[in-house]
Parts: sequence; C-alpha cells; structure tokens
Amino acid sequence: MIYGAGVDVGSTQTKAVIVDESRKIVGRALIDTGANVTRAGENAFVKACEDAGLPRTAIGYVVGTGYGRYKVTFGDAQITEITCHARGAQSLFPATRTVLDMGGQDTKAIKVGPDGSVVDFSMNDKCAAGTGRFLSAAADVTGVGLDEIGALSLQAKTPVRLTSVCTVFVESDIMSYLAQKKTIEDILGGVHKAIATRTMSLVRRVGVEEEVTFTGGVSRNIGMVKALEEVLKTPINVSYEGHFMGAIGAALFALERALATAQGGSVAVGAARS
Amino acid sequence: MLIAGIDIGSGSTKCILVDESGAVKGRGLVKTKANFEKVAGEVLDMARSDAGPAAGQVGYVATTGLGRYAVPFRDIQITDLTCGARGAATLFPSTKYVLDIGAQCSRAIKLRENGKVKEFHMNEKCAAGSGGFLERAAKYLEVQLADIGPMSLQASKPQPISSVCAVLAETEIINHISEGATVENILRGIHNSLADRSLLLLKRVGLDGDVTLIGGVALQDGMIASLREKLGVTVNVPKEPHLTAALGAALLGLQRYRKLVTAAAA
Repeated sequence: MIYGAGVDVGSTQTKAVIVDESRKIVGRALIDTGANVTRAGENAFVKACEDAGLPRTAIGYVVGTGYGRYKVTFGDAQITEITCHARGAQSLFPATRTVLDMGGQDTKAIKVGPDGSVVDFSMNDKCAAGTGRFLSAAADVTGVGLDEIGALSLQAKTPVRLTSVCTVFVESDIMSYLAQKKTIEDILGGVHKAIATRTMSLVRRVGVEEEVTFTGGVSRNIGMVKALEEVLKTPINVSYEGHFMGAIGAALFALERALATAQGGSVAVGAARS
Repeated sequence: MLIAGIDIGSGSTKCILVDESGAVKGRGLVKTKANFEKVAGEVLDMARSDAGPAAGQVGYVATTGLGRYAVPFRDIQITDLTCGARGAATLFPSTKYVLDIGAQCSRAIKLRENGKVKEFHMNEKCAAGSGGFLERAAKYLEVQLADIGPMSLQASKPQPISSVCAVLAETEIINHISEGATVENILRGIHNSLADRSLLLLKRVGLDGDVTLIGGVALQDGMIASLREKLGVTVNVPKEPHLTAALGAALLGLQRYRKLVTAAAA
C-alpha cells in the first residue's frame, strides 16, 4: 500500500493527514504550533503516523503546506496552502468553485477551476479582522469559550453595530456594549455580522461562484457559517474536517507524487502551482 | 471672560481656555471614560483651576472630537478636522498639511491658505495607523507609555515591522525579541511602520509643503524622528501637540462668540 502525508503548519495550529491509495484518510493529528515551527510539523506528522498505525517509513511522500511549510524539513515538497485548500475542498465537495479559508491569522478567498486548480485568489494578510485572532479576542472579552461564541451568536435578537473591526479596538467596543447591558448574544451576533460583511469584500474581489466551500479553523464556528450564508445569499459547504482541509489537499498531492514515483513516472502530477 | 475648547478624543479628553484676545490661559487633560459629559466637566474644572480665579468666568464652550455631541453644556460643536486645522495653522502659519495621529484614528488634512480644511483622508478605526499600536506594544514589551518616545530615539538598528496590523505584528515582535533585538530597536520599528502608513495617507491628499504633526502620538520623539526621515518635507511639531485640536476649538469658539456679540450690539 502507498501512502501520502500532508502537514499543514498554520500560524496557530499544525495539522497532519495521511491518506491511502484509495484517497481515504487513515490518520490525522492536530497540535498547537507554538514557538518551534519545525518541531510542530515533526510532532504532528509522527502523531498522524501513530493514529494510522503506520511506521514513518511507510509514508511514500510528505508535502508541507501552511505558513511554516518551509520549516517542514523532513518533507519532500512544499505547496502553498492556497493550492492545498483548493484541492482539499474540491476533493470533499467536487462542485466547489469558490473556497473561503479563514485561519488563525489570515483569510483567503480562492477561485477554483473544475479540476480543483487555483484560478485566482485574494487574501487579507494585513489585518486580523475575520481571523481566529479576532474571534478569540471577542471570546476573551465576553468571557465565552471560542468554541461557544458561534452558537451563542445565533441567538442574537438585535445584533449590535460595531464601530470597528480592528481587533485592538473591538475589545473596548465590546466592553462598552457590556456596560450598556447589551446581551452577550447580541454582541456576538454583531461581531459575526461585522466580520461576515467585511469578508464579503474579500470574496467579491475573486467573484462569488457557487458552490462555496468554507475551510480553515474558523469554518468550525457555526455562527460564522450562518452569517456568511446570509451575506453571500447562498448555502455554503462546510466539513467537520474544515480545519484539516489544507492538510488533506497536501496529502492528496503527496499521494499523487508517491504513486507517480512508484510507477517510475514523472512526479509533476497536479502540483505545479507551488 | 474665557472661551473653552474641549476635545473629547477616544483616548483622552483635552481642554484649552483662551481669553478674549485668544491668549491661552489654562489647560486640562484627563483620560476619556464612558461618560463623555462627566469627563468634559472634569477637564473643564481642571483647566479652570489651572487658569486661576483671576482669569475670569467661562462664557462660551466649543466642543470637538468623538464625544463633541455628548456635552449638554456646550455652545457649539465643531469637527476635529476643522479644529485640528485651525490649531495647527495658528501655531505654524506655514502649515499646508496636518497629520493628526490619535489613539484610534489618523487623519491627513490639506489646508486652504486661510487655515480651513480643503481635503482630508482618514484611516478607518485601525490600530496599525494610530496610537493603539504603540499602546499595545508597550504593554507586552513592558514599557511605560511615556518612555516609548525617548527609548525609540536611542535605536541603533530599527527592526523592520512588515505587518500593517497591530495584532499580527505581535508575532513579528516576538520573533525580534527571541532573536535578541533590543526594545529600543523594536519601538523604533513600530514608529517607522506608523510613519510609513502616515506617508501613504498624506500622499492621498498630496504632499508638497510643510506638515504639522498633531495628536497624542506626536508627544513621542521617536515618532517625530521617523516621520522627518520618511516625509522629506518640513515637519512642525507644536510643544503640546495633543492639545492642538482643543486650541483650535477654543479659537473657533472665540471667533463665533465675537460674531454673536457684534450681532447683539447691532
């Protein structure tokens, strides 16, 4: 059996996925990235091997992705997370034409071709609004867990209007709403709405084409899913493995290369855009 | 009689008292709190006691800044752009542009020859273009806000801060620290980053003459040095840059008061 592995070293969390020849996920791992990026990649990979019950040597090819991909020193190749998210999203939702990836520190809108290749993308790497950083700041100030804010936001009756989506200032904004006795639900409703609206401008730059697939850690936030569906005016695909999407894409590329190598052929299959 | 200019900003509230000749008689500065009315009253009391009882009574109050509508005892409210422009043009008649860097916003203003606002651009509430960046950095570099300016000035090798987001820059700052960069060099890097943003903002209104720098961030010598390096034009800085808009408000209030008196006499 031939296996491929994808290791996605994100700003906040590192994800690793192992797929077998039938493209089935046989192992996965998720750890906090922390300060040592190289070690995070290594640890996540080892854990995913353990999860799959495979020795490291069984993995034919390893692709690193994410912002720390060049620190995945044991990897055979590096591919950008944009390419990997597109590929992962297309493999789970084959009709995907637009991918919205909201991660720990950046947000990307990706236009995808029918084959899962990247046609165009735009990213918001200059501002934390809409990223996990923003949401965890909002969670901290309201004293609600990051995994609960989404569900609570859905119970908002009259969402508040934020004066800013700057992560630094949203804290004082929220505190003044708390002082005005606004409910946590209404505040969080306003937070999600503001971010969804802002994200729209990013998605518009590449154009919204259905189907839209939402990936990255923030895709696990149900409040953000609903808020985005409202502004995008279309249902969006979400997988419970949304945060693994980059690693899944990377593992699929790795598998292709492992298979190509095993057949003695070229290793350039489908992975040109790195 | 005295005329008060009260500037209720997002970070602090400032007050200037002028007499009927336009001479400054008293000043006040307090941290802005949720109750704008109360904070305006406090700063006015502070300026009154600074002026002393001999300076006379306050007969006219002009407010400006974010909280300008929230002061029931005001006689008039004027935008912070107009007040900043008037204050800067009074202190430096050669002013063609005003750069106002406050706690939450920054603004670039192009002036007409008479000191009025011709055109302006402001950034949306974003910490990367305002004092919020420095406040946040000071917190986790464990530096007092007042020490930022002089420390930044001592930088020998400013560290580049490429992020234009104050939150995302934290990762970069942590990297700089772990690589042994000094706090001075990091602070100067932040000033340089703010100066770069300011340059972009100024370029949108044109930049072909003297700039007067106002607002609280202008109290930091490192910031002034970074701007002088990057702007390539004369940068004037008032002695009390954070009080410039309050001064403008007081002077505009005086002008208005004189008109009212003249109208009443006629």
